[in-house]
Amino acid sequence: MERTTLDLWVGIFIAAGIGAILVLALKVGNFSFNNSDSYEVYAYFDNIGGLKVRAPIKSAGVVVGRVASISFDTKEYKARVAMRIDSRYKFSKDTTASILTSGLLGEQYVGLDTGADDEMLKNGDTITLTQSAIVLEKLIGQLVFSKAGNHK
Amino acid sequence: MTVPPENFLEISDLSFSYDKRPVLKGINMSVPKGRVVAIMGGSGCGKTTLLRLIGGQLKPTAGHVKFDGKVIGELGRSALYETRRKMGMLFQFGALFTDLSVYENVAFQMREHTDLPESVIRDLVLMKLDAVGLRGARNLMPNELSGGMARRVALARTIALDPMLIMYDEPFTGLDPISLGVIGNLIRKLSDSLGATSIVVTHDVQESLQIVDHVYFVSEGVIVAEGTPDEIRASKKPFVHQFIHGEIDGPVPFHYPAASYVEELGLNHA
Amino acid sequence: MLERILTLLRRLGHSGIDAVWRLGYAGKFFFMTLISSGTSARRPHLVVREIYYTGVRSLIIIIVSGLFVGMVLALQGYETLQRYGSSSALGVLVALALVRELGPVVSALLFASRAGSAITAEIGLMKATEQLSAMEMMAVDPIARVVAPRFWSGVISLPLLTAIFNATGIFGGYLIGVVLIGVDEGSFWSQMQAGVDFKDDIMNGVIKSCVFGVAVTLIAVFEGFDSPPTAEGVSGATTRTVVTSSLVILMLDFILTSFMFRGA
Repeated sequence: MERTTLDLWVGIFIAAGIGAILVLALKVGNFSFNNSDSYEVYAYFDNIGGLKVRAPIKSAGVVVGRVASISFDTKEYKARVAMRIDSRYKFSKDTTASILTSGLLGEQYVGLDTGADDEMLKNGDTITLTQSAIVLEKLIGQLVFSKAGNHK
Repeated sequence: MTVPPENFLEISDLSFSYDKRPVLKGINMSVPKGRVVAIMGGSGCGKTTLLRLIGGQLKPTAGHVKFDGKVIGELGRSALYETRRKMGMLFQFGALFTDLSVYENVAFQMREHTDLPESVIRDLVLMKLDAVGLRGARNLMPNELSGGMARRVALARTIALDPMLIMYDEPFTGLDPISLGVIGNLIRKLSDSLGATSIVVTHDVQESLQIVDHVYFVSEGVIVAEGTPDEIRASKKPFVHQFIHGEIDGPVPFHYPAASYVEELGLNHA
Repeated sequence: MLERILTLLRRLGHSGIDAVWRLGYAGKFFFMTLISSGTSARRPHLVVREIYYTGVRSLIIIIVSGLFVGMVLALQGYETLQRYGSSSALGVLVALALVRELGPVVSALLFASRAGSAITAEIGLMKATEQLSAMEMMAVDPIARVVAPRFWSGVISLPLLTAIFNATGIFGGYLIGVVLIGVDEGSFWSQMQAGVDFKDDIMNGVIKSCVFGVAVTLIAVFEGFDSPPTAEGVSGATTRTVVTSSLVILMLDFILTSFMFRGA
């Protein structure tokens, strides 16, 4: 094999490999070139249900960010959810964050409903209005109790 | 030819065992500069092992090999590699690099060890190939060569960097009479023209007796006889006699040790 | 009876010690390869040449297998998903299955049997025909000149092959899912993009294939270098390369997966 043809083939191979990685990154994955243009806000929930790190954050059904981390706050005994939101999207200070489920059995996500405040959320702010996940067991429990109460 | 007084290669009390099987049991040998020495012996008597010990590929269990004033077994890795550049070894079947052309095979060491410009390498390679008469075969691949040609290319590769010591491991095995004569001739000619010391390990008696200065006979791990070719030819020692004349039975028995033939066939009961 | 048990135990102990010894030897060999890699860095052409034999020559098998694996995934995935009325998730299913698991694992298995066995056979033959000894006698370290370039070529080639496998696999899934079955093209791609994360899924897949590349090529060069210098020795070593690599790939895959995708 001539050295030049060999070099050419190897060149084509490496270019194809790197091209495949780029295709995967851009067409298949959600790779964005700079992750820096986003901001982080926090929210406290009584119960996050089955929310996971990297779950989507949606507003009006559009994905605007992802859950960055979930931790348990021992001062307030609540779940502290850090959310990384794309800086293209601005939300007012009195935005409501609620944990919702897509479909009956689908994955859980955080829904944001903007309020009327003129001031916008900045990096490091905390969303005060939150609505926890609906836990099916509790719901059923409540239903059973209320039924039992009605019979009396 | 002037022979310097010091011994270029000195082997003293050299012993070596594979696991627990002794192969060499106290070999003593001294080779002055510029000589062509043959080491003869039957198959499997440890001749190749001896070459590997000289080349430092194996470490002796006892004794030492002294080459150019250095004890081979005690050298560190880089010092050993430094010393090996002064040695050349022709392997039994040439051991040409099958993925490189004849030209690249000969150029291999020059590319690995020197920063010579391509034009100089080209001249050197052609010179070496010319010495073995294969300048015209430089673009062939090893699998396109006959056995004798492959051996000659390997020889050209061995002398690529003008080694001071050239070792030949069974250079005559499997060659037709013409190639055999060519190789024998080349060994003598190259040794003389390069002023190199040569060690030829072989069991080809007639060919090697014509070209060497001194012969050592090895059997069962010890040297049983030595001398100039004329002395060897005239030797009365039974082993040497058997070896040179290729007699079937003698000190080296035809039969592998076994129980009595009659007994094994069960004939003595009859 | 007792004697038989003792013999059995002794044999077990012997093979245990043997295995540990061999592992240590392989580790030492790996270390030697790494510190002897200077030659490969100084003369990149040595590596480029080997990439041709390990990487470029494996392209056909990788592309064809990738295409078929992707098509099968789409067929099977559609069968299951449409029962729950979520055939629009076909894209994300195919992409995740390929990028996380099948891509790295299947490419590595194919690579082990296509390129790994070839490397073992080549080095084994070089040893059997005394080419490695000859090199040593020419004061050229065979590990630096023969082993290291092949090792690095494998480490470079496998992640690239895996990426190509994934890309063709997803294309195969697209062909079956969108062109043949008629899943909505928009939701096929958008669900895929929403569900596949660059760092967590794609990069973890790439890391997996890098680890597999190191493991498979190391096994291949080691088995070749360590093979007995005979025809049976080389053929045995070639078989061992394929068997050992396959087992190591699957075991490493489990370990890596449990670290990468645990919960979260």
